[in-house]
Amino acid sequence: MSISSGKFASITLGAFALALGLASPAMAQEKLKVGFIYVGPVGDFGWSYQHDVGRKAIEAAFPGKVETTFIENVPEADSERSIEQLARTGHKLIFTTSFGYMEPTLKVAKKYPNVMFEHATGFKREKNVSTYSAKFHEGRFIIGKIAGKLTKSNTIGYVGSMPIPEVVAGINAFYLGAKSVNPDVKIKVAWAFDWFNPGKEGDAAKALMDQGADIITQHTDSPAPLQQAAARGKYAFGQASDMSKFAEKNILTSIIDNWAPYYVERTRAVLEGKWQSQDVFDGLAKGKVVMGPYVNMPDDVKKLAMETEEGIRTGKIDPFTCPIIAQDGKAVECKDGKLNDGQIASMNFYVQGIEGTIPK
Amino acid sequence: MIDTLPLIIATVMTAATPLLIAALGEHVVERAGILNLGVEGMMIVGAATGFAVAVLTDSSVVGLLAGALAGMALSALFGVMVVFFATNQVATGLALTILGLGLAGLIGQDFVGQPRAAIPPIEIPVLKDIPLLGKAIFTGDVVFFLSLILIVLVAFVLNRTRIGLLLRSVGENHVSAHALGLPVRKLRFWAILFGGLMAGLAGAYLSLIYTRFWSPGMSAGRGWIALALVVFAAGHVWRLVLGSYLFGGITVAQLHAQAGAIALPSQLLSALPYLMTIAALLVLSLSGRKGAGAAGSLGQPFVPER
Amino acid sequence: MSFHLALVPRRTVTPLRQFLTPVAALLVAVLIGGAIVALMGKSPVTAFNVFIREPLTDPWAMQEVLLKATPLILIAIGLLFCFRASRWNIGAEGQFLLGGICGGGVAILTHGMSGFWILPLMLIAGAIGGLVYASIPALLRTRFGISEILTSLMLVYIAEFLLDYLVRGPWRDPKGYNFPQSVAFSDSAVLQPLFEGGRLHAGLVLALIAVAVAFVLFRRTLFGFAVSASGDAPRAANFAGFNESRITVLVFLISGALAGLAGVIEVSGQVGQLRPGFGQGLGFTAIIVAFLGRLSPVGAALSAIVIAVLLIGAESAQVTLKLPFDLTRFFMGLLLMCVLLGETLNRYRLEIRRDGA
Repeated sequence: MSISSGKFASITLGAFALALGLASPAMAQEKLKVGFIYVGPVGDFGWSYQHDVGRKAIEAAFPGKVETTFIENVPEADSERSIEQLARTGHKLIFTTSFGYMEPTLKVAKKYPNVMFEHATGFKREKNVSTYSAKFHEGRFIIGKIAGKLTKSNTIGYVGSMPIPEVVAGINAFYLGAKSVNPDVKIKVAWAFDWFNPGKEGDAAKALMDQGADIITQHTDSPAPLQQAAARGKYAFGQASDMSKFAEKNILTSIIDNWAPYYVERTRAVLEGKWQSQDVFDGLAKGKVVMGPYVNMPDDVKKLAMETEEGIRTGKIDPFTCPIIAQDGKAVECKDGKLNDGQIASMNFYVQGIEGTIPK
Repeated sequence: MIDTLPLIIATVMTAATPLLIAALGEHVVERAGILNLGVEGMMIVGAATGFAVAVLTDSSVVGLLAGALAGMALSALFGVMVVFFATNQVATGLALTILGLGLAGLIGQDFVGQPRAAIPPIEIPVLKDIPLLGKAIFTGDVVFFLSLILIVLVAFVLNRTRIGLLLRSVGENHVSAHALGLPVRKLRFWAILFGGLMAGLAGAYLSLIYTRFWSPGMSAGRGWIALALVVFAAGHVWRLVLGSYLFGGITVAQLHAQAGAIALPSQLLSALPYLMTIAALLVLSLSGRKGAGAAGSLGQPFVPER
Repeated sequence: MSFHLALVPRRTVTPLRQFLTPVAALLVAVLIGGAIVALMGKSPVTAFNVFIREPLTDPWAMQEVLLKATPLILIAIGLLFCFRASRWNIGAEGQFLLGGICGGGVAILTHGMSGFWILPLMLIAGAIGGLVYASIPALLRTRFGISEILTSLMLVYIAEFLLDYLVRGPWRDPKGYNFPQSVAFSDSAVLQPLFEGGRLHAGLVLALIAVAVAFVLFRRTLFGFAVSASGDAPRAANFAGFNESRITVLVFLISGALAGLAGVIEVSGQVGQLRPGFGQGLGFTAIIVAFLGRLSPVGAALSAIVIAVLLIGAESAQVTLKLPFDLTRFFMGLLLMCVLLGETLNRYRLEIRRDGA
């Protein structure tokens, strides 16, 4: 059966047409169908949740012109079918929002050359496959400065998720930020080895506080570490979304994943016929990374944070300004006075001053 | 180190409490000769229902109660099936887990991302001022203290009361228990309900005390760990307690080692509880106890002839 | 005065009843599921179309159904041996993982090479991996009297951690940006699609062979008889020359080998690399499949297709009806419960009796 995409106007009709092997040609008011593949449930209040916020932003931005669909809980190892399912039901633009969807996305893209794909956090592209990612480490540099200023014990706890480059770069940026304002600062990292495991994340935060950390930051998705910090009267940061409501008095700020502008921009590109394959790795400047309100801190720290944010946004400050010395004491190769995007996206070393090793 | 010790112990206690409570329930069920593999499902439904009700009534205590009851309702379904309809226990338990995971997602749908205030901890006066460990052991949440009472209660009822004796004989050999005129099915059904109550409570503990929000999949396999613990305990409540705290302790120790920049093979440590359980079973068996402490008619369906 | 429920064994069960029970169970589950869909404000008719009709009528979806059913059939056929003999191997997921690890290991070690021998070697390695892993709970039971139910389950978690260790450590793709996954297999290590542009691969053929062999074994051989007998009447099995220990070991080995084979087929034909989570819980789903098929080989094949239809349908339901995946999970649990109850009604008559009578 040959399916030419974009010919189904209504959902129900589409299902029936599929069942009968018919594709009715003349449908009025063709809407652009945009599909999303999520690795978690939309209710994880972290990674997938934020992508879903972006999806809703598309619907809000183009009322009556687009229709969006998502499939949640798609296991990475078995995602090819789900992606194809979207491609063959007339979705013209498909966002696959986890690293593990890389190979399946490429496979499906090959079969559907007229469908445009956007793969988050990947590094392989094709004519109809773009990749996009966000410089979350920019936000981590800012919160590093805040933490470095505010810590009294000079020990900061970091709840890690998976030891992949994005997370390692985040730890380094955080530490460099903290050290720039407080040379004596130390960070301790505890890994949950999971993106989302509230109990374990909370226990990790507690272990870090037991070892003297008086500020907690996290690269995992649940608000548990923040809550545990608050329970002991310590300060902490939110992750992925504005987590203020989970600890109003103890949150300092949040690093917010804000996919909405990018998703709207790419949808517009398709609507206007201007979509092209690209690789985008940006952050504060393009609004893909947004900082929550700076609260519960003295004015001078708040000022420092805002200045840093502004500096990064305008390009005056770069978290990975050279020289960058790795843990082994060697300077990292450096061309334009700062590390390039490729070096950041594949980072697998700690900078000097961080104790411990990156786990396997 | 000395001043953080009570904190570390407190962390271990909260990590162990949900495991211990769920395992206590399943322990009673297995003593009665029934294997309920649906612990994970009952737990997650307890977590979702507990949180939802707590938000709706604005009372975490009511939430805990509702979570426990939700677990019990699910176990009643299991009980009717395996006890009165003699369905296969392994399959029914698995069905319960799958059903529970789905149900919990549907119940919790509208409660994702909502925060919940903590239940104030209970402090036992005088005792909490005992140097070193006083603060750790005598300050805790309400369910932690409840779990201490439950340990004593379960051990006492199973080993020292008539009803416990009946329950154990039903589990050991349902045919002869039936021949002696014991209400095999009724006793088993009550045991299953107790197990569900405990699993539901453990789940509500997760979403209302351990971490105070609801999210799908938050039980993260703890129901299965509880089942492993019951095997590890091989019939003894004290070993159940030991096992729960050991399991909780390993997780926390692992995080501490990382925070202290000590590299440990994390996968090996994570697999340790399961390896230990199998090793413990082996040791028990080698020391001459056939069946390694499981109830004699565990898992076998029972259909009375008359 | 009170009443109680009594189960009275049926003397004979007609073949028609045997066939109709699971169908009736499916029907009841569908009705309850439909009612819930209606309660959620969606049309049950559309839901039925999306969940059941579309996957069975659309060629693309049918191919996907068969692809999904392939590992389920293989694992479930193995489990039949265990379950018929009342040996409760619930660790097929772990044996599946070991199969993928061993077979995938061959692919990784021969990476860059080509040759017709690579695939068969992988399949054999996978089957052996599953077989060896399944022998652990079997031996623990026969040698030490330890219940196989929970040991087999616990070995699932151990297998998961082993896989995790391998793909983070020694087998990690050096060019993979530190992500926990192996290299993508070379072409020689990939089961190629049967049809151009499709995804269905030769694994299905192996699965159907397994169904046929199991069918013959149970119908025609003493071994098949002994397996089935040892569940209900161990002495009869003994009489046939198979003592309890021998049966236990044999059914576990068969079941482990098939689960392992399914694992390597999934890794080679579907995933194309080793990565955490490739098990997807298929080993557990296969338990449902085995029971849904009333522990018969043909039944297992059919019910694997039913479950695959549901899983594929669940995805369409998310796309077209915006129904959450949780509903499907709930429905699968419900379906299994209905089937189990049906099984009881198949074997017993229900009677309500007055107490003391």
